[in-house]
Parts: sequence; structure tokens; C-alpha cells
Amino acid sequence: MFGIKKSLLVSIWFMFLTFPLMVIRVDTIEKTVQWRWMNMVYVGVGAFLFSYVWRFLLERKAAGSAVDAPAATVKERFTQRILTDPKMYRPVIAIVLVGAVIFPLIMDTYQVNIMVTALIYVVLGLGLNIVVGLAGLLDLGYVAFYAVGAYAYALLNYHFGLGFWTVLPIGAGLGALFGIMLGFPVLRLRGDYLAIVTLGFGEIIRLVLENWNEFSFGPSGISNIPRPGFFGMAFDMHSATQYLYYLMVAMVLFTIFVVNRLQHSRIGRAWMALREDEIACQAMGIDRTKTKLTAFALGATWAGAVGVIFAAKTTFINPASFTFMESAIILSIVVLGGMGSIVGVMLAAFILVLLPEYLRAFSEYRMLIFGASMVLMMVFRPQGLISNIRKKDAYKRSSDA
Amino acid sequence: MLSIRNIDTFYGNIQALHNVSIEIAEGEIITLIGANGAGKTTTLMSVCGVVPPRTGEILFRNQPIHHLSPDKIVPLGICQVPEGRLIFPYMTVMENLDMGAYLRKDKNGIKHDLEYIFDLFPILAQRKTQAGGTLSGGEQQMLAMSRALMARPKLLLLDEPSLGLAPLIIKQIFEIIEKINAENNTTVFLVEQNANQALKVAHRGYVMENGHISLTDSAENLMKNEDVRRAYLGL
Repeated sequence: MFGIKKSLLVSIWFMFLTFPLMVIRVDTIEKTVQWRWMNMVYVGVGAFLFSYVWRFLLERKAAGSAVDAPAATVKERFTQRILTDPKMYRPVIAIVLVGAVIFPLIMDTYQVNIMVTALIYVVLGLGLNIVVGLAGLLDLGYVAFYAVGAYAYALLNYHFGLGFWTVLPIGAGLGALFGIMLGFPVLRLRGDYLAIVTLGFGEIIRLVLENWNEFSFGPSGISNIPRPGFFGMAFDMHSATQYLYYLMVAMVLFTIFVVNRLQHSRIGRAWMALREDEIACQAMGIDRTKTKLTAFALGATWAGAVGVIFAAKTTFINPASFTFMESAIILSIVVLGGMGSIVGVMLAAFILVLLPEYLRAFSEYRMLIFGASMVLMMVFRPQGLISNIRKKDAYKRSSDA
Repeated sequence: MLSIRNIDTFYGNIQALHNVSIEIAEGEIITLIGANGAGKTTTLMSVCGVVPPRTGEILFRNQPIHHLSPDKIVPLGICQVPEGRLIFPYMTVMENLDMGAYLRKDKNGIKHDLEYIFDLFPILAQRKTQAGGTLSGGEQQMLAMSRALMARPKLLLLDEPSLGLAPLIIKQIFEIIEKINAENNTTVFLVEQNANQALKVAHRGYVMENGHISLTDSAENLMKNEDVRRAYLGL
């Protein structure tokens, strides 16, 4: 009953708020005022229903964590099992792999193109995951390294005619170098301060690219960047996209492999220790400087490499592709997916990149939906879609022993 | 084993330690007692390189360490249990202990030390798979100490191990400090506000006031000292 009363109040408040916009319409040509009372009813009913459902879900969440604890753990275990039990995840992986291989053969160029973009974001998400998810260093300027990779390819190709395969490692290396460059000044910073400096770093790179015309051709960008070659074979538009797609799939697999190895290595443990407590981490004899710098460098490497692929995919780049918005999206991928979880980050990358593409019809509301889903996510699943399973992995092992 | 010679330590412009000198011999339990803000924790931080002293020198086994960074000091065999426990809250107890052995590569030795620690603190063996943050205060303190022991230190620096713990647990913790000292010949440098307990287990003690060492003597004599009794023991 209490909920209904609250929801009624909410709906009245919304009717009042939206009254000038939704109800009154002034026709300035005919000089008449139209009163659209029906709109008010819609707003009222909509707000009431939304508020009621919202309240209901919140209550259920609270009750769920208190009363239905056993039921919740059983459910947890099921999702965990898919991820940890070889019997369950092997077929899933096989299906996904087969799907990934035949995807470009049955879909048209447009679909494949979107998928390449999504895969690029998967790698970016996994790269940023090293910095934010594992080492706990909030980096808001990650897109800068992406830009470094893309411009490395564009400029090296323009001036020296270097090919894609030559620049791919160079781009990755430059990304790492810039990662260390950013890492040094921010070694002593934490939390909010670190976020601000990295944000500034991202903007510096973009502004330099935008204004240093002699170097980067400014806002007009660089065009006619060649697509990746394959032993000198000439591709038409469709097969070039297909080729790029397979390249990206290989890149994603490589990234997953490396990130997974890193996560369980000594350096991975040092990152996680750093994330949890810096002083305790020092007391264990972990070199804070080295640990932070490797996190920045290894995170930036992926952005650099994938930046090269991005330049090769679009064949045209300009600074507008590397705004803060991109950094925000990549960070959202990491947060939405669940910090430190590889599967979660991949899932979130697909959702955040593919959904807007397929929702082109609603493109005006895209940011609205984006924002709303972020808020919902933080309220109902703050640990991310799939929280890091490393910890629970250890729980399981012990129950066997 | 450790000798701190005339160090001055600063936080920015503020001088926290004035001409502090402390000598610790191998196998001793030394305690540093004093009021809030006297500079006890700063002394520890200077020893392990987190806040290096501006002047003076610190020698560990006759080797100067005051210019080294923390990650160079820990491998020498100095391990700190920071104030307020500071365990890794999202790691399991086992993972916390693994972190303690971060610098070690001898698998058998690590295994042996793990068993030793589970003998010392049986409760931790039961809580092996639990996340560190979900332990009680006393268990967290035990975990923090065990984690430091996993590094197999020659010198163990303990910063306020009794902080916020129940009297019974405090007693237990101090018993174990004595045990560690006796069984492994680990030298212990104990910083405490709980002067009563600290002086009971320590061999010698230093009293710190406003960044100066004001008094030093054997623990027994300090217990008898009128000023100490009035100021720190509340007698």
C-alpha cells in the first residue's frame, strides 16, 4: 500500500514537471494554444507504473539478499559453473568459435563491419581492464593510446610507406611507451587525482593532433590509409572486411590468452595487491613503481595495437574519433562487464557496441538509454554483469580438499 | 642488528622525528612506547623506507638502508605489519599468505612455513578460503602477522598489534609474539600504545615523546620507573 501511495506521488510530480512541455503547445503562426490533456494521462500512468516496478525490484533485491540467500547462492553457482566447469564451458566455447568462424561467410559486409568494431572494443576493454580492473588505477584517458596507434600507422605509412604488418608491433610499442610516459608523472597519485591527470593526458593528445597541422594534418585528418595486405593479394571491399574480421578474431584470442596468463602470474598478483592496499603492498616488498608502470604500459600496448587495426579498417582517421566519449565508453565496458573479469568485459563490449548499432532507429535516445542502463546497472548489479570469478575459484578448490 | 642513528624525519615541512637513535640486537624484542602522535609509527615508516629520514642513518647488519626504497628493504629480511592491519580484503586468507611469500621462490620452504603458521594460528587454517575482509578484527591481526611471517623476516616490525582488539585477543597476540621470538630467533621491534602489555613481553624499551626519545632502559626498569608508570601505565 505504501508503495502505491509513493508511486502516485511520483506520477503527480512527473505530470507537474512535464506539464509545460507535454501539455501546452503554442502555435505561433495561428496564435492559438493547444491543450493536450491526453499526454498528461500517459505521463501519469507511465510514471506510476515505472515507479511501482522500480520500487518492487528494489524491495525484491533487498529481500533477496536477506531472506533468499540460499537460493541466490545456488543461482550463483549455476552461472559460476558455466564459467568454471570444463564440461559446461567447453561446448559453449566451441559453439562460439564455430559461430565466429562462419559469421562473415553468412552475413553481409555491413554486419561484418559492425562486428569488427565490436571486436576492437573487446580488445580495448580487455586492455583497459588490466589498468582499471586488475591494478585499480582509474584511467580516463585510455583513448589517447588508441589514437597513438592509429596515428602511428597513418603517419608512418604516409611518410615512409610502411605497411600494416610492420606498423602493428611499432604501434603496440609506441602505445607502451606512451603508457610509461603517462605512468611516470602519476606514480604518486591515486583515486580522483589520478583520474583527473589521465583525463588531461587524453585531452592533450587529442588537442595536439587537432592543432599541430604540420604533424598530423589537424582536424582534416589523414585519408587513403591502406587496408592490411595478405602476401600482396588484392581484395575487394567484402573480402577485405572479412579478412579484417578474421584478423580481429585472432587478435581477440591472443589478447584473451595473454591477459589470462597475466592475471594469474606474479605480476598479476602484484597488481591485485596494489589495487587492494598500497601500503600493505609495499610492506610485502612489491616494487610499487615497477608494478604501476607495467600496468600502464601493458594496458596501453593493446590500445596501440588495436589503434593500428582501427586506422586500417576505416582507412581515414581524424582527431574526432578519439574524444573523451570513447574513453568513457571503454571504461563503461570494463565497469559494466565486471572489473577484472574477461568474459564480463567481452559481453559488455558486445552489448555496448552492438546495441547502439541495431538501435539506429532510436539514435536520438541512444545516450538516454545508455545513461539509464548505467544507472540501473549500478543499482542492481554493482559488481558488473559477471563478477571476477578468480576469488570464487579459490572457494571451490578448498571445498574439494 | 638494526641501529637507527640520529635520524630526523619530516612530513613536508613538519619535523616528526628529532635526532632519534635506537639500537636493536639480534634476537631481542624491543618496544617503543609513547602517546598518540609521538612519532612511533613514523619511526617504523623510516626504517622500512616508506618515509625515508632526511638526516642520520639506519644500518641493518652494518649495511646502510636509509636511502633504499621499501621494495629493496623487504628482501633484506625486514618485514612490517602495518598499523590498522591492512590485509588485502578481497583476497582469501590463502592468497593473503601467498602475497606474504611474494619475494620467495623456495616452494618447500613456503609450504613448511604455511604449516608452521597454521599451527601458530589454527583459526586461520579453518578460514583458509574466506575473504580477508570478512574476518574478525583479531583474526585479521593474526592474518597480517602471518602474512609478514611468510616473508621469513629476520626483523619483524609490528605497529600497534593490539589496536582495537579485545583484551583476551591482545593477550593471545602477545603470547604469539613471544613465541615467534623464542622459536625462530626473529628479532621483534614492537610499537605499542598498550605500554603495559608491551613491556611485559619486551626485553628493552624506548619511550618516545614529541618526536624525541626521552628514556630508554630494560623493560623491567621501565615498569618500575615512576614517570613511566604515571604517564603510560596509569598507575
